[in-house]
Amino acid sequence: MISARLYILQRATALIMAPLVIGHIAVMIYAVQNGLSAAEILGRTQGSFFWLAFYGLFAVSVAIHAAIGLRAILHEWAGLKGAVLTAICWAIAVGLGGLGLQAVYSVTG
Amino acid sequence: MPDSLPAKEQLLDVHIWRGSGEKGHYQTFQVPMQESQTILDVVSYIQQYIDPGLTYRFACRVGMCGSCAMMVNGVPRWTCRTHVKKITDRMNPGDGLTISPLRNLPVIKDLVVDMDLFFDKWVRAEAAHHPTRTAADAIQPVDEQTAERQAANAAIECINCAVCYAACDVVASNPDYLGPAALNRAWSLVNDVRDGGREAILEAVSGTGGCHNCHSQQSCQKYCPNELNPTASIAGLKRESAKYAMRSLLSLAGSGKKGEKA
Amino acid sequence: MMKLSGHRKQSLWFAFILHRISGLVLALFLPLHFWVLSLALRDPAALDGFLSWTDFWYVKLAEYGLVFLLSVHFFGGLRLLALEWLPWSARQKTYAATALAAGFALATSFFLTATIYG
Repeated sequence: MISARLYILQRATALIMAPLVIGHIAVMIYAVQNGLSAAEILGRTQGSFFWLAFYGLFAVSVAIHAAIGLRAILHEWAGLKGAVLTAICWAIAVGLGGLGLQAVYSVTG
Repeated sequence: MPDSLPAKEQLLDVHIWRGSGEKGHYQTFQVPMQESQTILDVVSYIQQYIDPGLTYRFACRVGMCGSCAMMVNGVPRWTCRTHVKKITDRMNPGDGLTISPLRNLPVIKDLVVDMDLFFDKWVRAEAAHHPTRTAADAIQPVDEQTAERQAANAAIECINCAVCYAACDVVASNPDYLGPAALNRAWSLVNDVRDGGREAILEAVSGTGGCHNCHSQQSCQKYCPNELNPTASIAGLKRESAKYAMRSLLSLAGSGKKGEKA
Repeated sequence: MMKLSGHRKQSLWFAFILHRISGLVLALFLPLHFWVLSLALRDPAALDGFLSWTDFWYVKLAEYGLVFLLSVHFFGGLRLLALEWLPWSARQKTYAATALAAGFALATSFFLTATIYG
């Protein structure tokens, strides 16, 4: 169910996210010290263009990457195909991307 | 019963699939164990001495033709090259040997499967040779030292026995998927300097049943009796077809032409 | 546990299923993760409420699990990119084992920071 185009998109978003995942885990290890609080997190991220760009790129990439990955699973394990499968995967991409960008804006706005 | 068997013999429980299409059941037989006995010997013994109605395929019985491929305890193998002792040594005592037809192909009867779709996919992958010269032309020289020829040679020994096809879970869950054997063959042609169908092959392996559905489970490589590596061949196809698709996309973008629906 | 068919009892199939399951669980977790973060604007008190749950050891354990899934999916993904784009290596099982070990190590450093050393 994965054509050449979708394959390229999935591998490309994987490459884009590779440094972002390392950055995210590093941030988590740093942030989790001495407990988590909204004030601490927002103190670092609010108004920051860097975090906006970092997590904005992450959110868009993961939405595409996850939608394509789920496409394979939905076809192979749930037997979905054709227009129904495509529609669901678009919904996942747009939905995840939307929620993700909203989260990014909430934390950096 | 043959006269040559010793008086005291160990009997092996063997569960064999009987039936056609979706319907069937396992039937248990008891087969005397012997030295250097192969699974094909076991199946043949049952058909010759116990149930002549048991249907199975074999030809060369020396590990060259691939006709005797079946599932043995859930693993696809050439039964003429599988020693019973090797399997039973790894089984719990009391467990029987289970023999069933190759996975992922329709069952005609008992241990015989319909290989048509397997061969159809070979053709669909454009994995049949595309000639570029005629008998009137000089023979095209092939340089054995090039990386491409070595890649082609590494993939070329496939005898289309369908063991890899039976081992692949993507084949099982994606009906369009061309499968490891067809894609492996396509890769050998992509690397063959005499083959004129490179673009046709790359297009054929770029669709919804194409090489990009391979998840690198590598069961094909693990179980291939000829020690081929379809996973590596498919990785090569992924690279070449992705580059080909990128070039098409970029050349369309550059020329400003509206592309055809891919 | 269901009986695993014979042909699947090989380590690279386990690498595949781990990569698939980790991706699936992460994809299912993400909407929740995004929704909680978006509380920062809409309802910061609720966000603080959620974050305070992370003091409980079983929540930290769940975080450990999630970070493990992300790490192992990440390293497994690198393994696949190398398999597909670098010259073929015969060391496939070694790479799969290394990806798993690296994922475990990274997640464990997170967990230790979250519990003992943080």
